[in-house]
Amino acid sequence: MNTLFQNAFKTAYNWVDERLNIGDAIAFAGKKTVPEHKHSFWYYWGGISMFFFIVQCLTGVLLMIYYRPGAEAYESVRQITNEIKFGWLIRSVHSWSANLMVLAIFIHMFSVFFMKAYRAPREFGWWSGVALLVLTTIFGFSGYLLPMDELAYFATKVGLGIPGSMPGASVLVDLVRGGAEVGDATIQRFFTLHVVVLPALFVPLLGFHLWLVQKHGNAIPPSEELTPVSERRSIPFFPNFFAKDLAVWLIALNVLAVLAALFPWDLGKQADSLSPAPVGIHPEWYFMSSFQILKLFGRWFPGTLGEVLGILVFNLGLVLWMLVPLYDRESPSGVKARRVTYFGLAVLAITLITTFWGYWEV
Amino acid sequence: MSNSPDQKSNEENAPLTRRTFILAGAGVAAGACYAAAMGYPVYRYLADPSERAQSAVAVKEVFLKDADKLPVGTAMMFKFGVKPALLIRHAENEWTALTAVCTHLACTVQYDQNKKHIFCACHGGVYDAKTGANVSGPPPKPLAKFQVAPAQGGLTISLT
Repeated sequence: MNTLFQNAFKTAYNWVDERLNIGDAIAFAGKKTVPEHKHSFWYYWGGISMFFFIVQCLTGVLLMIYYRPGAEAYESVRQITNEIKFGWLIRSVHSWSANLMVLAIFIHMFSVFFMKAYRAPREFGWWSGVALLVLTTIFGFSGYLLPMDELAYFATKVGLGIPGSMPGASVLVDLVRGGAEVGDATIQRFFTLHVVVLPALFVPLLGFHLWLVQKHGNAIPPSEELTPVSERRSIPFFPNFFAKDLAVWLIALNVLAVLAALFPWDLGKQADSLSPAPVGIHPEWYFMSSFQILKLFGRWFPGTLGEVLGILVFNLGLVLWMLVPLYDRESPSGVKARRVTYFGLAVLAITLITTFWGYWEV
Repeated sequence: MSNSPDQKSNEENAPLTRRTFILAGAGVAAGACYAAAMGYPVYRYLADPSERAQSAVAVKEVFLKDADKLPVGTAMMFKFGVKPALLIRHAENEWTALTAVCTHLACTVQYDQNKKHIFCACHGGVYDAKTGANVSGPPPKPLAKFQVAPAQGGLTISLT
């Protein structure tokens, strides 16, 4: 019986293998190795980010089954949350997973920065990664409006108001908003952006990002480069690292399930364009830092000057951050690039301080 | 667990050891638990509208306001629960109410005033307008009939 089953399996496998050459792929995955050292922990965060993205795709499709953009947006989300069986859970998982995905990407980005994994030949990995983060925040911003409750409404008004205050940008903002006010037209646009345009940009870019990881392999940090090649340790990608990756995904799944089930995502009051903004309104935590920086510049330089300066400084910082592989001239030679590390620490510190400051002032 | 040397060598040669069998079994069981924990909410979420429709099917009686003003020789459509139904007025006090779902492939049937029969446009099935009996074409069964009773300001249609 056993051999009969094995023979059948072997025949089927050979039939497929002759056509698709799975053997080559498995041999390739077996040859690929992942370095193992005291900083290996940080290698998992890209995979964790991708896991949450996959969860977003699956739960997003489920939400789309009952969600109705436009005038009925709030009512349809209310039905999903209160009436349709397990709708609250699907929505809660989507919201929690979105936040965890942003968090995982931030951790992934800072660990790549401090391990200097952006160095040649991995510059495009860094750039595509920053682009994926930017797309992720636009995903977050556009998705936040879709339930059209009070918080969503005012967050979108304020978020679009920031670039709107830049000279010449108001035409563009009106185009994004679909009019002078946030309304049904805005929801329809943001929905299209959220479920069609952004995925169409994100998925190929993610493919490129992953292909680069395949091509160049995992980078090792400068501290490990001091270890002689013969003493460096590594494990095969398949099945060893792959199995560890799966175990980490399982942990991520459990964390997500516990958070989504025990702390179900709230739905606020329906947005009303005539009611005043609720007290204590604030942006999502991942926009808090940039929001607070803009607020501070507005305080230091009253009027339009403060807003324009704030936006300029913020964008300059983002460009400097993106260009780090080009001006970090010390790391490539194996010398520890202290200045770049300090720059990264400063960015991390400013991000954390302004985030907490923002919450403090709410 | 103590194994005699013979058993041990046997296990090593066998393609499936007890250890891998138990591990694989535990893995499959855990995987099944996760699949069920995720699959059940997703199933209930997707099945919600059809579950609601089933409770609507439990309707036993509907009241049609002003249906008694229907001109003789004509018909009207109404909803019995979630399904379309057909009310025909043959004469002053002669009514027929039937389910309007064709017994062939569930198209909605219609009343032909000239030929005085019910027919289905999808595959040409024909039913008797008074009894609902399948007369010609592909329908395998007659249309189910409802009871019609005059009531204040309209008609009451109920299951027979």
